[in-house]
Amino acid sequence: MLPPFEIHQPVTAAEAVALRARFGEAGALYAGGSELLLAMKEGLGGFAHLIDVKTIAGLAGLTLAPDGRAVTIGAAVTHRTLERSPLVRERLPLVAEMARQVANARVRAVGTLGGNLCFAEPHSDPPTALLVHGARVALAGASGARRLPLADFLVGPYESALGPDEILTHVDVPLPPARAAGAYLKFGMHERPTVGVAVLLVPDEHRAALAEARVAVGCVGPVATRLPAVESALAGARLADLEAGWPDAARAGEALDAVSDLHGSADYKRAMAGVFVGRALALAARRARS
Amino acid sequence: MTARQITLDTTVNGRALSLSVEPEALLLDVLCERLGLTGSKRSCDVQVCGACTVLLDGLPVSACSVLAYEARGRRVLTIEGLARDERLHPVQEAFLATAGFQCGFCTPGMIMAVKALLDDSPSATPEDVREHLRGNICRCTGYASILAAVAVAQRALADGAAG
Repeated sequence: MLPPFEIHQPVTAAEAVALRARFGEAGALYAGGSELLLAMKEGLGGFAHLIDVKTIAGLAGLTLAPDGRAVTIGAAVTHRTLERSPLVRERLPLVAEMARQVANARVRAVGTLGGNLCFAEPHSDPPTALLVHGARVALAGASGARRLPLADFLVGPYESALGPDEILTHVDVPLPPARAAGAYLKFGMHERPTVGVAVLLVPDEHRAALAEARVAVGCVGPVATRLPAVESALAGARLADLEAGWPDAARAGEALDAVSDLHGSADYKRAMAGVFVGRALALAARRARS
Repeated sequence: MTARQITLDTTVNGRALSLSVEPEALLLDVLCERLGLTGSKRSCDVQVCGACTVLLDGLPVSACSVLAYEARGRRVLTIEGLARDERLHPVQEAFLATAGFQCGFCTPGMIMAVKALLDDSPSATPEDVREHLRGNICRCTGYASILAAVAVAQRALADGAAG
């Protein structure tokens, strides 16, 4: 059972921002409810006011940016829409591949990208796949709009950089460079993943060796993170070798700030991160060669 | 009607309704307790098991974790709305034909999940079906008879049975 609350229906971001300021800690942003309502059933939050951001015009938009170099995803776009959108499937296939694997069909039908990022549950798929694209979030607040890299927005477990009077309006996901190919793989024993790995490989013009590698790991620690040392070590690697198996993959998770929890011990998660980095590299390398 | 109550204009199993509900009312409770539609089951209560699956504008949702508020202006379909007159839906017939259930607790949600999939993707591959039904838990059958039911339903629908 849920505690009593009122629902508010702002039609502009400015109205939502004003409601945030008015209710303070008694108010919560509400979109799909797939995280918030479960927490409230457990007696967490104690919110007397839910601010429904789905009534804000434009927050369900999903478009190619005017400069043609990024896809702009409204905060209220559902995982199901991301999974099925021809624009996302064609221009951001790694994001579509990730969205297809979120929870189950019911969660994907109601859960939103903005809600997922703002709730900042560490055992979650979207941040990992967005990090390898260099995604940026757009926030609207009382003192105006601001944009920041997703990596700076993700602060810790259940904690984002969203200010008390701000809302997340959209996420800009830059298109991958030409010839890039990626893969998103996840693994777990419960309904939430133990580890999620996103890889985006940019081959040289001969599709033989890597011009750039981007690797991110989520779910194992407080926040999803890129692995810069692994990315550097992969510089110049040959795609055929990666497809056959990168010998250093087993150590790829060693530097991760892993947390022991229901989903596994820290050591186990670091080991699994290495296994899945290796598999994701092999799959992305195969896709990059074809 | 208290000050906090909201008016919910919705359509449930083809019937237009106007209800007064609390903002925090869950769709499952309105279906079961206000409308007497007890086929959808509460089990895990956290969007994992699928026993409460109903369709909202054709999409599968967990009625246990979706606010009734979300049904305003939309169409809700529950297991009770599938049969036409006295004739069962082809997915229901298929579950009977293959004995796609044992205790039956997951069956209403399972059938609604299958209907959602086949409405959207009539020629879903066995792999698609398995992936889709990962979100509906059955602890009796081992799933083999459920997967068989889906295949039977796909053939019946392809042969023109009214879905």
